[in-house]
Amino acid sequence: MQSPATYHYKVVRQFTVMTVIWGIVGMLVGVIIAAQLVWPELNVNEYLSYGRLRPLHTNAVIFAFGGCALFATSYFVVQRTSHAPLFAPRLAAFTFWGWQLVIVLAAVTLPMGMTQAKEYAELEWPIDILITLVWVSYAVVFFGTIVKRTVSHIYVANWFYGAFILAVALLHLVNSAAIPVSLFPMKSYSAYAGVQDAMVQWWYGHNAVGFFLTAGFLGMMYYFVPKQADRPIYSYRLSVVHFWALIFTYMWAGPHHLHYTALPDWTQSIGMVFSLILLAPSWGGMINGIMTLSGVWHKLRDDPILKFLVTSLSFYGMSTFEGPMMSIKTVNALSHYTDWTIGHVHSGALGWVAMISIGSIYYLLPRLYGKAQMHSMKAVETHFWIATIGIVLYIASMWIAGVMQGLMWRATNLDGTLTYSFVESVKATYPFWTIRLLGGVLFLTGMLIMAWNMFKTMAGGQTINAPVLKAAIAH
Amino acid sequence: MSDFVSGFWSIYIAVITIVSILGCAVLLWMQSSAKHVEGKTTGHVWDENLEEFSNPLPNWWRWLFYLTVIFALFYLVMYPGLGSFKGQYQWTSTRQYDNEMKKADDRYGPIFQRYLKQDIRVVATNPEAREMGQRLFLTYCAQCHGSDAQGTKGFPNLADKDWLFGGSPEQIKETITQGRSAMMPAKGVKPDLTGDEIKDLAHYVRSLSGLAADPIRIHRGKPLFSVACAACHGADGMGNVGLAPNLADEVWLYGSSEATIIETISKGRVNQMPAFGDFLGEAKVHLLTAYVYGLGGGQDVSVTTPAETR
Repeated sequence: MQSPATYHYKVVRQFTVMTVIWGIVGMLVGVIIAAQLVWPELNVNEYLSYGRLRPLHTNAVIFAFGGCALFATSYFVVQRTSHAPLFAPRLAAFTFWGWQLVIVLAAVTLPMGMTQAKEYAELEWPIDILITLVWVSYAVVFFGTIVKRTVSHIYVANWFYGAFILAVALLHLVNSAAIPVSLFPMKSYSAYAGVQDAMVQWWYGHNAVGFFLTAGFLGMMYYFVPKQADRPIYSYRLSVVHFWALIFTYMWAGPHHLHYTALPDWTQSIGMVFSLILLAPSWGGMINGIMTLSGVWHKLRDDPILKFLVTSLSFYGMSTFEGPMMSIKTVNALSHYTDWTIGHVHSGALGWVAMISIGSIYYLLPRLYGKAQMHSMKAVETHFWIATIGIVLYIASMWIAGVMQGLMWRATNLDGTLTYSFVESVKATYPFWTIRLLGGVLFLTGMLIMAWNMFKTMAGGQTINAPVLKAAIAH
Repeated sequence: MSDFVSGFWSIYIAVITIVSILGCAVLLWMQSSAKHVEGKTTGHVWDENLEEFSNPLPNWWRWLFYLTVIFALFYLVMYPGLGSFKGQYQWTSTRQYDNEMKKADDRYGPIFQRYLKQDIRVVATNPEAREMGQRLFLTYCAQCHGSDAQGTKGFPNLADKDWLFGGSPEQIKETITQGRSAMMPAKGVKPDLTGDEIKDLAHYVRSLSGLAADPIRIHRGKPLFSVACAACHGADGMGNVGLAPNLADEVWLYGSSEATIIETISKGRVNQMPAFGDFLGEAKVHLLTAYVYGLGGGQDVSVTTPAETR
């Protein structure tokens, strides 16, 4: 028995397609800046210089690719697990067009050199205001749908999506607080000064990782893994503990980005111990996802979508082990400012965030266009292997490069002078930057295969809106 | 204590931190003892087939969690973290730095001190000292002056015989110890120079070192030079050590193209070399001086007049 009402899939379709498009754009910029490190002459002019393209890369992959993936999946998941169509669908449409405008403005202003100079919060104040409007609308649509739900319990994926939406609103408002100076060129000054500014920035920066890139994608994991595996979540109790512990503990971890700086010692210590406590809550998510497959491990053999999802959880576990280790002061003294950090970030960004998004989108696309499956499952399988090899090349080269740099920088001669000048460490890193570039090219190639597969799946498909499930069926 | 404006904040932070860490353990303990039925689902179903098992928390994971909580408490007893509580080890990052510096000074200081008693001219000929000097140079100086000490735009070449602040051992040492700052005002001492006059001046300046220039502009630029520039650069443009560079030689700090010279005259130039005396200490500065002096451009006389240069 089904009600005549249908879910709102249009906005989900829009965000899904743009996830793939922005993924290609953001990763292409990544490949360009990786190439600039190998061949510095590729810095052709100031607009396309490394210093301006690097924030464009991070903004494009985090907020354009990752953001669209989160919008698409959260709008899909919250409707289906609430057994209710989206609340305020026109507001949802506004979030789509508003978010695309934010991305386009970022792509224009960052190469022009307009920046707040805060990592992952570079966009200037007029764009910040637009982000705020979109984000509040997003919250209204998401929580409105939760309120409208026709099942009594809120599904665990929605806890994570909800925490992500609330926390990102808080982070954005506090860290981007600034005094505007001019509209064109866009210019403002931070509301904070000195070490307070640095602390607010890294409270933001680490929680952008914790909520945008972790909690949101755990929401994705909690829907698409059990769906694709057709198994119940491993442990409800584990969901409860790791959810509360994760969202609470992340908020404290920011100071580990400022070890051995002007930040007071006590703040650094607190940041470090909470980063260590964060290990178990993070692993809780990995265990809950991977153990959901117990009993159906054989499905991994011939289901490339499940391969994406489970591999992403392995990378999640790996980088959330690495993170707490790197937050220990003595380890940080070696790893900080080296390419090890870049390797760590990409094991999370490519391995966890991109892989879980890709898997989820392969699940979504056929369902949004009335097909049984993707146009070519073989291409999905190929994409999986190319992407995995790309990630392995990327992070392995950056680990080796990072540890090598750290050791070279601290090596001393018998008279106490430094054994290597800085430029010698740069020279020694060239081979690894080349391998990293190759890894990035492979990952981008996978995305291009995905785009081809997506358009083939869309071609001739029908844009369907599935009927809303009645609560009675659910219980 | 200097981190806090009043004793209240120290207690505030300590209490919140301890309560938060213990809160993690309490959450874990409460949830581990909550009711569960292994292998059964909770009975809730979403979206046709989404269910959850009522499995208990994995034991190894629970103990990992407890272990990190215990470590956190232990760490905060030993190290600073709970407000202004200093921790049992009395550790501070400043003290760690000071201790490591002292250890290094005790161990390496004598190696450098050996050369401090020697004249720079002598040190400059000692191969071992030159190697040490080069290592210091590559660490502290190469970023601006280049690994070969030949400089780049805005950063002087240290390997030639042209010295803005003098090339005697004493002068080089003073430069490294105290740093240098230099400023050329826009349009020299004649702020009402017009665009065309600046161009005339640029041509005249180029002619001083034999570069191609328009004869008419040279002719017009010459009297302007004596008004706007000669006060510092000298009537013949040969400069004054410590005050203004020689414009009649082949050495150009910012470039000799017409456009660059026009930019220099129009906007002026500001430049600075940071002081290294306090940071490196005299012994290392002494070795660095010997290295730079020995690069080939060192001068034996303390003051070089324009006439002597010629």
